[in-house]
Amino acid sequence: MGIRVIRSGLLTTIQDLGRFGFQKDGVIVSGAMDQFAHRIANILVGNEESEGALEMTLIGPTLAFEEDALIAICGGEFEASIDGQEVPLWRPILVKQGSVLTIGHCRVGCRAYLAVAGGFHLPKVMNSQSTYLLARIGGFQGRALQKGDVLLLRESGRKLELLRFYKNKTLLPFIAMSWGISFGLRAYFYGSPKTIRVIRGAQFTDFTTQSQECFLTQPYEVTPQSNRMGYRLDGPSLERKRSTEMVSEAVTFGTVQVPAEGKPIVLMADRQTTGGYPKIAQVIAVDLPILAQTRPGERIVFRDISFEEAQRLYLQREFELKQCKKAIISKMGE
Amino acid sequence: MLSYELIPLSENALVIKFGEQITPDVHQRVRQVATYFTEHHVEGIIEVVPAYTTVTVYYDPVQFAKNTNRKSDIEVLPFERICTVLKNILSSLESANTPQGNEVVIPVCYGGEFGPDLEEVARRNQLTPEEVVDIHTNGHYLVYMIGFAPGFAYLGGMSEKIATPRKNSPRLHIPAGSVGIAGMQTGVYPIESPGGWQLIGRTPLQLFRPHHPQPSLLQTGDRVRFQAITREEYKQLQEENNGDSCYS
Repeated sequence: MGIRVIRSGLLTTIQDLGRFGFQKDGVIVSGAMDQFAHRIANILVGNEESEGALEMTLIGPTLAFEEDALIAICGGEFEASIDGQEVPLWRPILVKQGSVLTIGHCRVGCRAYLAVAGGFHLPKVMNSQSTYLLARIGGFQGRALQKGDVLLLRESGRKLELLRFYKNKTLLPFIAMSWGISFGLRAYFYGSPKTIRVIRGAQFTDFTTQSQECFLTQPYEVTPQSNRMGYRLDGPSLERKRSTEMVSEAVTFGTVQVPAEGKPIVLMADRQTTGGYPKIAQVIAVDLPILAQTRPGERIVFRDISFEEAQRLYLQREFELKQCKKAIISKMGE
Repeated sequence: MLSYELIPLSENALVIKFGEQITPDVHQRVRQVATYFTEHHVEGIIEVVPAYTTVTVYYDPVQFAKNTNRKSDIEVLPFERICTVLKNILSSLESANTPQGNEVVIPVCYGGEFGPDLEEVARRNQLTPEEVVDIHTNGHYLVYMIGFAPGFAYLGGMSEKIATPRKNSPRLHIPAGSVGIAGMQTGVYPIESPGGWQLIGRTPLQLFRPHHPQPSLLQTGDRVRFQAITREEYKQLQEENNGDSCYS
C-alpha cells in the first residue's frame, strides 16, 4: 500500500506550511518554499491548505502507486508522465493502483509540490509535518526521501467518490480532470530577470546612497550557494555608512541581510530564527513564490514598494486563494 | 518606564524594540512581554520570539484585517490594527511582575576527548586547564536569547580571563552537548553541527528535546551554572537520560 519511492529525485522532502510556536526555542519554521503552489496543490485534492506535501527540487522523484490516489502536482514546469503519457500539472489527477509516476527535470522554475488527497500518514513533530533536515526531525524520518521508502496515505472521502465515478469507466493508468488552475494564476515564475518587490528593511538607510540605489536598480544573480535556508546573491557590493555592530534579533522568510563582505542574502524557508546582520530589505510575501521558483544562475531585480501596498497585496492574495478554493470546491461537487 | 518602537519586519511580523543596549532593565522587559504572550492567547497572534533587546511578534494579517469599520472611509491596515492591540497590552503590563527565570545546572565533563581545546584555551590565557575549569564553573550565566540552532542559548556572564577566539577553521562535526568558548561567549551545542568554537567539555544533558512540550531545555531569562563531573558520572547521567528520553 501507499506510494513507493523508486528514485528519490534531487531533494524531495515532506513540507507543510511551517512549524510555528517554537521559534522561541530556536526551532526554525521550515515549510514549503513556494507556499502558493503548495496551497493550490492541497486545495486541488480537497485537503486543508496546510497539509504536508512532497516538495521536489529541479529533478523530481519516480513513484510507484501501490494503491489508488488522487494527486495534484503544482509549481515549476516539471516533466511528469505515467507509462510515457504526459501528466498535466496544476490539475487533480486520479492515479490508479500499479501506475508508476515519473517526474523528471524542471524546465522552468525550481520546485513543485505533490499533494495527495487525505495527506500522508506521517506523525507531526512539534505540530508540523515539515522536514527539518539539520535537526533530523519531522517529515519522513527527518530526512529527504530515498529509494525504497514507502509513504502511507490517509483515507480520503474525495478520492473514494471519484473512484466510484471513474473506476470502471476506463482502463487508463490515470485520469486527469478536465479542469485546472488558469495560466494567469500559475504563470508567476516566467521571464528574466525576475522582478522581486521588497519593502525597505529596518537598516535600509544605514547603507550609503549609492548602495541603496544599486540594490534597487541593479540585477543580482542567484549563486549556486543557495538552498532552502537562503539565497546568496552576486552583484554590486553593498556598503554601510558606518560599520556598527548589531545585536541579534528575529529574522523571517524573505529578509534580505547584508553581511560585512557586502553581498546580500535572502533568507528562505529553512532560515535560522534570529540573525545579526543589517537588514536592507524584506521581500514582500506575494513575491516569495517567485523567488522560490528562481534557480541558481538566474537573475533578479529588486524594486521597492510601500509597506501599505505590500499589506494590500497580501490581503488581496489571501482573498484570491479563498475565491480559488470556493471555485474548486464547486467544480468538485459537479 | 522603558520606551519602545514598533517596527514592521514583514507583512506578518513586527519587532517591539526596547532600544539598542543590552541592560538588565531591557532584558527584564523583553522577558515580561514574551512571557505574557506565551501565557495568554491573543486572537491573530501566532508566536513571539524574544531576543537581546527585542520581542518579535508573528501574526495573521487576515485576522487583523477583519472587523473593519464599514462606516469609516479610512482604511485601517493590519499593521496599524495590531499596533493598537499591542500598545494596550504593553501599557497594561507596565506594573506587572515577571517571575525570575529558572536556575539550571549543566553538568560538564571537561577536557580529554570531550574538550579537545581545553589545553589551547588554557595556554592562550596563561592558565592551567584546571584553572580554566574553575573559572568556567564559578561563573553565573544568564540566557539572553535562544537562536542560531534549536535549543542554543546565548549566555552572558563569562569571565574574560578565559575568552578565546574561534578556531581558524571550523570543525565539520561537533557532537551534541559540546561546551565551547568563542570570544567572550560560552555555550552548548544542542545538536550535532559544524562550528568554530573552542571545545572545552561536554554535557550529557539534552538541550534540545523535540518531543518535550518545551523543546529547548534553556529559556530566555534562565540562570545557568556549569558543574564539573567525572567521566563515570557523565556515562551514568547519559544512560539515565537515554532511559527516559524518546528522542531518536
